[in-house]
Amino acid sequence: MAFNSSSVTMTEVVLSLRKLNVFYGSSLAVRDVNIDIPPNQVVAFIGPSGCGKSTVLRCLNRMNDLIPSARVEGQIFYHGKDIYDKVVDPVDLRRRIGMVFQKPNPFPKSIYDNIAFGARINGYKGDMDELVETSLRKAALWDEVKDQLKKSGLALSGGQQQRLCIARAIALQPDVILMDEPCSALDPISTLKVEDLIHELEAQYTIVIVTHNMQQASRVSDYTAFFNAEPTEKGGKVGYLVEYDKTDKIFNSPQEQATQEYVSGRFG
Amino acid sequence: MTLPSQAFQDDSLDFKELKFFPDLPKRYKIDSVFKFASWAAVVIALSVLSILLIEVAIDGLSMINWQFLTSYPSRKPADAGILSPIVGTIWVMVLVALFSFPIGVGAGIFLEEFIADSFLENVIEVNIANLAAVPSIIYGLLGLQVFVRWLFPLTQGRTIISGALTLTLLVLPIIIIATREALRAVPGSMRQAGFALGATRWQVVRDIVFPQALPGILTGTILALSRGIGETAPLITIGALTYVAFLPPLSLEGLHSTFSVLPIQIFNWVSRPQQEFHLLAAGAIIVLMVLLLAMNGIAIYLRNRFQITR
Repeated sequence: MAFNSSSVTMTEVVLSLRKLNVFYGSSLAVRDVNIDIPPNQVVAFIGPSGCGKSTVLRCLNRMNDLIPSARVEGQIFYHGKDIYDKVVDPVDLRRRIGMVFQKPNPFPKSIYDNIAFGARINGYKGDMDELVETSLRKAALWDEVKDQLKKSGLALSGGQQQRLCIARAIALQPDVILMDEPCSALDPISTLKVEDLIHELEAQYTIVIVTHNMQQASRVSDYTAFFNAEPTEKGGKVGYLVEYDKTDKIFNSPQEQATQEYVSGRFG
Repeated sequence: MTLPSQAFQDDSLDFKELKFFPDLPKRYKIDSVFKFASWAAVVIALSVLSILLIEVAIDGLSMINWQFLTSYPSRKPADAGILSPIVGTIWVMVLVALFSFPIGVGAGIFLEEFIADSFLENVIEVNIANLAAVPSIIYGLLGLQVFVRWLFPLTQGRTIISGALTLTLLVLPIIIIATREALRAVPGSMRQAGFALGATRWQVVRDIVFPQALPGILTGTILALSRGIGETAPLITIGALTYVAFLPPLSLEGLHSTFSVLPIQIFNWVSRPQQEFHLLAAGAIIVLMVLLLAMNGIAIYLRNRFQITR
């Protein structure tokens, strides 16, 4: 693992993964991941299928807690505090670290209620109409839906649904937004809109995005972590971090052979 | 690297001999044989049902009149009616619904949303599946011992509440299973979305999963109730009467009334030798069937009403 601290010098860190190992049952899924994620940057996780990039992402807001067999070793510091510490409440953490999923998954409620849901359950006391409008504006969806807020979220197109999901995450005024291959179910034009949106959101949020699409990683991210997988003796696969650096370094002058081969499209 | 087109030129992969024997006429023939076989299955099932319905209708339709619906049972066929069994059936079914819906749905939610995939859940699941298959007369014996005898101070013996509680036990496993099926049909991505927004498990269940599962839960519950409405054996076991010449008062007192229900009245009339009583039974069967169809109709209405429009 080449963790080049000279090129990635960070004074301030939002999320910091230290010696992270993730297990499903007794089998190790990802081993020894060390990553520092700076504020207001976009960090992309790339790598072949089964290398554990989504698994690592889902550790960052403890969504892996929902899988009974999943277990985590090592630390993830969020503003210096270990999120796997007993005193940290995952429900509270998930309000600060939002998530957008691979397949758009709006609730079968109105567009308005899709946004308002998270705020309501978290005890939001402010002006709901304003929150809904602001969130939709930030997600670049307001102009398209402002006259049909009562319509079901499921009536929107796939790309609009995904931006609705982003708006829903923004409504909680999070600090970090995790995106798990947010464009893989979208057409190229919708993908472009979401990518533009990611650029705009960067000013206010820290974004971690898992993507299969290397062009996307190079377009949207400031830092890139390349994961790879290697076979284990038991016949399974274990993922590991190969290299983490500024995106242009990963794509233009990576330190590792494997990274070079992957980003040039020679495998994966 | 070999492209697929080049692979065909490879000698070992060359299709020199055609080894396919499509024989489409034969395959289509098999298709039509199976189409006919499944069509025949539908016809057999439906014709048995219609013969039954027609038979009953011929015997019973002439019996149904206002006097029949508003009179108490009697030794004289000409005076006999089904007022008290109808009212008894309604009392019992309303109570069964009130008891079984919250308990069954609650248990289903607990099993599916709170302890899914645990050892405890597996143990309970097997037991519930077994309970659903227990013959109804066994529930009658259980009800007799527990509700009629042990809980006598509460139930006052062979009363409406004892009957309702016994039938509740009978339909609970079905409701629990239906609830779990309905909850399982809600995509996991909905739960994930809820959790990712900082919802607690109960908030996810209450605001996201349950509303989506509700149509299925209601349908399952009403179908379970329509099984309960036709049950005779367990109520005979706990000692429901066949001659009730009063209506239970519409109050808590009513819970402690003795009662009869339609299936028991039908059973009683059918087992008498006189032809007139058999006709009365046919009339009562039609009334029971109408009640049942009405309940199923409500199930369909509720399902459509709560179905989330896409």
